[in-house]
Amino acid sequence: MIRLVKRPAPSRAWAWATPLLAVALTVAAGAAMFWALGSDPVAAIRTIFLDPLFDPRYASYSRPQLLVKAAPLVLIAVGLALGFRAGVWNIGAEGQYIMGALFGAGAGLALYPAETRAVFPLMVAAGALGGWAWAMIPAILRTRFGTNEILVSLLLVYVAENLLASMAVGPMRNPEGGGFPGSRNLSRWDAAANGELVAGTGLHWGVVANGELVAGTGLHWGVVAATLAVIAAYVLLHRHIRGVHIRLSGNAPRAARFAGIGPDRLVVFCLGVSGALAGLAGLFEVAGPAGQITIDFNVGYGFTAIIVAFLGRLHPVGIVFAGLLMALTYIGGELASFTLGIPAAAIQAFQGMLLFFLLAVDILVAYRPVLSLGRKAT
Amino acid sequence: MTPLLQIEGLTKAYPGVVANDAVSLDVGAGEIHALLGENGAGKSTLVKMIFGLVRPDAGTMRLLPPDGGDKSLAPPGGGAMPLAARDHAPASPQAARAAGIGMVFQHFSLFDAMDVAENVALGMSDPPPIRTLAPRIAAISRDYGLPLDPARRVGDLSAGERQRVEIVRALLGRPRLLIMDEPTSVLTPQEAAILFATLRQLRSEGVSILYISHKLEEIRALCDRATVLREGRVVATTRPAGDSAARLAELMVGHRIEAPARPAAAAGDVALKVEGLSLAPAHAFGTALRDVSLALRRGEVLGIGGVAGNGQEELFAALSGERTTPRGTIRLGGRDLSREGPAARRRAGLSSAPEERLGHAAAPDMSLTENALVTAADRARLVRRGFVDWAAARAFAEGVIARFDVRTPGAGSTARALSGGNLQKYVIGREIVQDPDVLVVSQPTWGVDAAAAAQIRRALLDLAARGAGIVVISQDLDELIEVSTRFAALTAGRLSRPRDTAGLTTGRIGLMLGGAGDMEAAHAS
Repeated sequence: MIRLVKRPAPSRAWAWATPLLAVALTVAAGAAMFWALGSDPVAAIRTIFLDPLFDPRYASYSRPQLLVKAAPLVLIAVGLALGFRAGVWNIGAEGQYIMGALFGAGAGLALYPAETRAVFPLMVAAGALGGWAWAMIPAILRTRFGTNEILVSLLLVYVAENLLASMAVGPMRNPEGGGFPGSRNLSRWDAAANGELVAGTGLHWGVVANGELVAGTGLHWGVVAATLAVIAAYVLLHRHIRGVHIRLSGNAPRAARFAGIGPDRLVVFCLGVSGALAGLAGLFEVAGPAGQITIDFNVGYGFTAIIVAFLGRLHPVGIVFAGLLMALTYIGGELASFTLGIPAAAIQAFQGMLLFFLLAVDILVAYRPVLSLGRKAT
Repeated sequence: MTPLLQIEGLTKAYPGVVANDAVSLDVGAGEIHALLGENGAGKSTLVKMIFGLVRPDAGTMRLLPPDGGDKSLAPPGGGAMPLAARDHAPASPQAARAAGIGMVFQHFSLFDAMDVAENVALGMSDPPPIRTLAPRIAAISRDYGLPLDPARRVGDLSAGERQRVEIVRALLGRPRLLIMDEPTSVLTPQEAAILFATLRQLRSEGVSILYISHKLEEIRALCDRATVLREGRVVATTRPAGDSAARLAELMVGHRIEAPARPAAAAGDVALKVEGLSLAPAHAFGTALRDVSLALRRGEVLGIGGVAGNGQEELFAALSGERTTPRGTIRLGGRDLSREGPAARRRAGLSSAPEERLGHAAAPDMSLTENALVTAADRARLVRRGFVDWAAARAFAEGVIARFDVRTPGAGSTARALSGGNLQKYVIGREIVQDPDVLVVSQPTWGVDAAAAAQIRRALLDLAARGAGIVVISQDLDELIEVSTRFAALTAGRLSRPRDTAGLTTGRIGLMLGGAGDMEAAHAS
């Protein structure tokens, strides 16, 4: 019989060890799953975690992809982590991500084919605004009517997905696209493109390639924004009084109210920041790697970012590592599906396992397992 | 005469602390035996072992079997078996109850939404149907002077009535030993007097009572013998009627306690003025405030007494700013603060310290340095242009720790890691070092050991002596008599007119609190 005994204080060592343990358990369980699917488990794990970085056949393509995929994950997860720390549960980042892309792309397409430097910054602002506005819906419903922000933000994802589909076949459809759904390709329009900042060959600053990330580093404006967001979130959480208020509200809501923190203002702040960051992630994606608004533009970054936030211990620096790891599973998963024929759903199951194991072993932070051979004590 | 319960060398250790260290004591049949000690002295651990909730590491307990012993154990010769005590090692509370032990806990385990009879049935291992149980409850409550209507909803009962539910539940098991854990902490003095009459009646019927308390006067009045525990060890067994309360306190704490001197009646100008304050209840079982008015002068301590649930929670929230009230109801030095939140009130000079230390006054998993920011961010200038000055916050926390003798490894410890008394010294000290004009404290020494309680009261009186006005909301009437210059009673959301505390007795205060309600006639009839 294993009993759990509450620790006098949460263990700091375990707080950092549990993500590593969860990764190890996921690798083990994932290997078992791949074996059950008829693949070589060792080859599958190697293909997912090592080949994208080290195999000479794939690395030149995969390495830049790491930053391309990690940037939106980190950007979204940093915002979500602020809310999660405060007990504000934004589960709908995927919807805010879509709305950011729609607002940003819409602002750009409205100006097409202007060739001024102002187009891209304008799109960035519109993207952030779109995500922020979409997150204000659950924020206002919660503060005014006491609705549950988890449900409202989640359900708004499906509303956003339908808006995306109607935009892709309706108002935003490329008039020169021969009737196919999908907007103009923004990444081929210099004024709007979120291109690579440092080319693998040139190492000079400025937009070089137009979203064609062949031989580069993958460093685009989204990576810059993610880095700034991580630094800002770190400073906010650990140096600014608002960060203390966020942590206080998450740890002891009554103490937060006693300190004079209005819970409503915090809900609006946390949902607003995470929505704006998710919107930015959507904008950088639509103007760069994706290039255009399509029906299936969103690939689940908004949901995966929840895993990233928890895997990174809701800490901005931890989220950077977690984001890179999750990006690796995306890239390695694609690689495994075309080299080994592992179904894409198995890769999603693999990512889900990571969150499952993390939440499962997280109990070790606050509790200590005790092996007792006697009868159950009351 | 053979004792009913004989305990020898009972030891129980938890990681880092020996809760009971070779404790020996015996409880005679028909005796009221007091178990006396500070918080953490090991009283609860000891009775939990007797009641089968905790198993001892070492030592024996022997309990006299009912009616002179178990015949099946008689020697084969067939000779008369002397009264032989049997080993008592209950594996569970059910086993302890079967052996004839009943217990009434300090914190009630009752369901508000169910009626009295249903609650009693829930605590029985083999409950009879309600229609036969209800008359039995009524009979017991009549026999022992504990009026109780089996059909009433527990949510509507007073604390004293809830305790009667627990007592009746224990008495239904016909116990030979009844354990009572701090039974008077929730009672008015009149209710307590009636409880004592019930306990004396039980004693006369041969029931033994193990009575846990730290209220010395009531132990002197009620108990035949007292065992004093300190740091897990028995330090004395006395006849409390022959000892002074001061002597018992000294045994309990290990050194003399100086009671702080109450300040002379102050004649300062009015610092805090509350007028016509009414407020809806905080939750379904809360109490609305009705037209509360008071004027607090600089340098005085106003004690607000009353049994919990009479509007204390609402009054504290209205004064701290956690709930705002209509304009003009709360003024500090002439400035209307009624619509301001807690932070603005603190800046203006009105500070507060709530009853609940963990979760309300302090965040459990945050360090003492971080917890300094809960109330001291503005007044102690720990934040500059939005950014936390961590060095200043740390220095502030260390200052409180040093000045108020908070026992902790350092300002980096989490609030949860501190003992109740030390955390209380920290959260009260956190307000006092900011020199507020008015300080509102709720239950400042609730669950705090005697030495820490004396320190906290001393610090409050010092603050008053420096010219601050202090409001102490408390259930502990002895405490209020000790520290307050004036006293007012809060009953059913109404505040009585304050009276000078000098010359006030607990009996008089009890009447101000509304006496014992329907209990007064109980033992007379």
